[in-house]
Amino acid sequence: MLAEFLQFLFSGITVGATYALAALGFTLIYNASHVINFAQGEFIMLGGMLAVLFAQMGLPLPAVLLLAILVPAIVGVLVEKLAIEPVKGAETVTLIIITIGASLVIRGLIQVWLGKNTFSLPAFSGDEPIHVLGATLLPQSLWVLGITALVVVALWYFFNRTLQGKAMLATSVNRLAAELVGINTSWVLFMSFAMSAALGALGGILITPITMTSYDVGIMLGLKGFVAAVVGGLGNGLGAVVGGLLVGILEAMGAGYISSAYKDAIPFVLILLILFFMPRGLFGGKSTDRV
Amino acid sequence: MNKRIYYGLYGLIVILLVLPFVVPNNFYLDLAVRMAINAIIVIGLNLLIGFAGQISLGHAGFLGIGAYASAVLPMHFGWHPVTAMLTGALASALLAALVAKPIFKLKGHYLAMATLGLGIIINIALRNEAQWTGGPDGMPVMPMALFGFEIGSDRQWYWVVAALLVLTVWGSLNLIDSPFGRALRALHGSEVASQVVGVNVARYKVSIFVLSAFSASIMGSISAHYIGFISPNFADFFHSIELVTMVVIGGMASVYGSIVGAVLLTALPQALATFEGWETVAFGAILMLCMIFMPRGLVPTLAARFSKGDDK
Amino acid sequence: MSLLEVKDLSIHFGGVKAVQNVSFSIDSGIVYSVIGPNGAGKTTLFNLITGVYTPTSGEIRLDGEIIQGKSPDELARRGMARTFQNLQICMNMSAIENVMVGAHLRLDRNLFKAMLRLPALKRRDEALREEAAGLMEFVGLGEYVGARADAMSYGALKRLEIARALAMKPRLIFLDEPAAGLNPKETQEVDHLVRKVADSGITVVLVEHDMKMVMNLSDRILVLDYGRRLAEGTGQEVRANPDVIAAYLGTHA
Repeated sequence: MLAEFLQFLFSGITVGATYALAALGFTLIYNASHVINFAQGEFIMLGGMLAVLFAQMGLPLPAVLLLAILVPAIVGVLVEKLAIEPVKGAETVTLIIITIGASLVIRGLIQVWLGKNTFSLPAFSGDEPIHVLGATLLPQSLWVLGITALVVVALWYFFNRTLQGKAMLATSVNRLAAELVGINTSWVLFMSFAMSAALGALGGILITPITMTSYDVGIMLGLKGFVAAVVGGLGNGLGAVVGGLLVGILEAMGAGYISSAYKDAIPFVLILLILFFMPRGLFGGKSTDRV
Repeated sequence: MNKRIYYGLYGLIVILLVLPFVVPNNFYLDLAVRMAINAIIVIGLNLLIGFAGQISLGHAGFLGIGAYASAVLPMHFGWHPVTAMLTGALASALLAALVAKPIFKLKGHYLAMATLGLGIIINIALRNEAQWTGGPDGMPVMPMALFGFEIGSDRQWYWVVAALLVLTVWGSLNLIDSPFGRALRALHGSEVASQVVGVNVARYKVSIFVLSAFSASIMGSISAHYIGFISPNFADFFHSIELVTMVVIGGMASVYGSIVGAVLLTALPQALATFEGWETVAFGAILMLCMIFMPRGLVPTLAARFSKGDDK
Repeated sequence: MSLLEVKDLSIHFGGVKAVQNVSFSIDSGIVYSVIGPNGAGKTTLFNLITGVYTPTSGEIRLDGEIIQGKSPDELARRGMARTFQNLQICMNMSAIENVMVGAHLRLDRNLFKAMLRLPALKRRDEALREEAAGLMEFVGLGEYVGARADAMSYGALKRLEIARALAMKPRLIFLDEPAAGLNPKETQEVDHLVRKVADSGITVVLVEHDMKMVMNLSDRILVLDYGRRLAEGTGQEVRANPDVIAAYLGTHA
């Protein structure tokens, strides 16, 4: 009983950490530009696929990590410079469609380049499971959780204790005011895309040894990250992390206790329920439109 | 409005009447049928996206409900295809009405999320209920019969679909230039302005969402009968995006644009067939380029260029 | 009985008390102005009365019937019309369609009849087009009858909003700074227009910064400051009120 529950909890938290990283990525970009980046999932896919590629080339793990985060970050910046900046202030529908277009291009290119196969990445420190109260925990799960926790702390420090971070926060609250006090908001936009692509890619790399990867995993992972961000009240960093973990845990529990065939449907049922009954998400504030 | 907007309809009728006599072979006739089916779906979706300003990223879900109603009900329960089609359409409309009420209190991104979630749930259900739907492999669909007369050949289907397209264009043009249509466009232009002149905004959004879901479901059924086979891919996220792309490329808030968008993007995979794998890239690139350089879409952009000055 | 009665009306946004315990009443057929410095809560007051915001507390009565908390479209049904300080024009429609949409509630809005283009519906719509053109003439936009909304100047759009509101055939019309951003000549034209509207029997509630226009048009004036009622009365009374003078000169008595 307990062992089973723990088992589901472990796998839920592990995958939930990936959703949390993706949700943080959505949140960063949303705060900087009010764009929902539907290409976020492709950064997760890029991270995983590139890590596999670099590992197969025989690079050492630190180099693999660095490159597989750096390249998606560059791609993120390219998307921002080439596709988002030129249409500043466009309608929501337009922005949604542009980022969907970007995601198709990224996915298509990877499919053409690396093919449709499923790939795996060796775990960072072996596959010997750890036994906890009858449940097993993979060492890779600890890597996922540990690094995610580190990233969350680092982000918290960045946004609350450094000038650059505060500048980004200020821009999200009031862009015009931020510009008036001399913040380079175009730099903020640049940074938010680079950072959220890097976060997504990191999540993708960490989870690949457990779940494997292929050119098309980005859609589902990205959409679930989006669900997590909305659950946490779009735009709220802490909410994104809690939302990610919550979505991961509920998905694992649902798959374990209710129906594994409907595992992928669970986050979307959750989001519909939340949108119906608490449309601002769990952590969102109340807002009134000015007329 | 100006009567000129109906000239396009007369042109369309002429093209549709002549087309089957000039196409070189059945390959092109088949293509024409699929273009017309997509055009009808896209016009319905454009009423929602282009005219009312509400996005749906899950419209293929309603296509799926219609298609599978037409596949499953006659096959497993011996229903008449027409009854099955109408049942599917009513189910789609009901589902749309049910979820629309809470959804349309939301705006922009949340609406995209909710419709997307709905579409994905429908798709997962179709994949998993294999005892009814054949699962990921799909299932065959029995032929459509009307008054004891079986619609079988491409040519017969062509006339059915062409007639439906003409009716859809006519009905949509009428709708847009009516009190209902003005209210719909007004809530897109300024929601608060439409409210203070008495438009019950939520009711109009729900009505148009239900209408477009109903029309998508009917066309899903027709597609299923026409192709004779149906698989869950028909109802997946990518197909929803394809439909939105057709709306956007042809031109938001343009009925004729929807036809152009459907025609172009139905032909595109044929044209790209030789470049295995590059389809997705091309699709994405077209979407982005179109939104960046021609955000109003093909038909409205060209129309504005040709009628500068005397535009109404 | 007054046409509109407002009692102890308040709304808070977080800690900001935008409108606090404001009371006043408006008789049928008059021009009633609301004035006050920027941020005094004038537009918020309009948004409360017309149903765009829901008050935190207080009471609003139209013809003696409580209306607070009702949605804007329900209030439109009861004969309330308004314009906006920040233009709310539907740029995706032609100018005359913007006016026609004002007649929304007087039309047959059935979806199926519309799709079938039933002749009765069509005839009614054509008659409405004539009527809307007449209204555009009335507000001085005769030359724009065939224009697109996004091709019109700011001043013209301000008047287009008034024409749209008039198309509702309202009993009560709220005009939120109809002369803001207009040059002196245009302002004078709007002044005449408001007078014409009032003469046609519609009760006018006006928010305006142009004091000459306010004093010239108003039967009664409400002065707001920091969301509170500072004074109320005829133009003469308000002008002589020491609190009002202090508020406008920026000294605190």
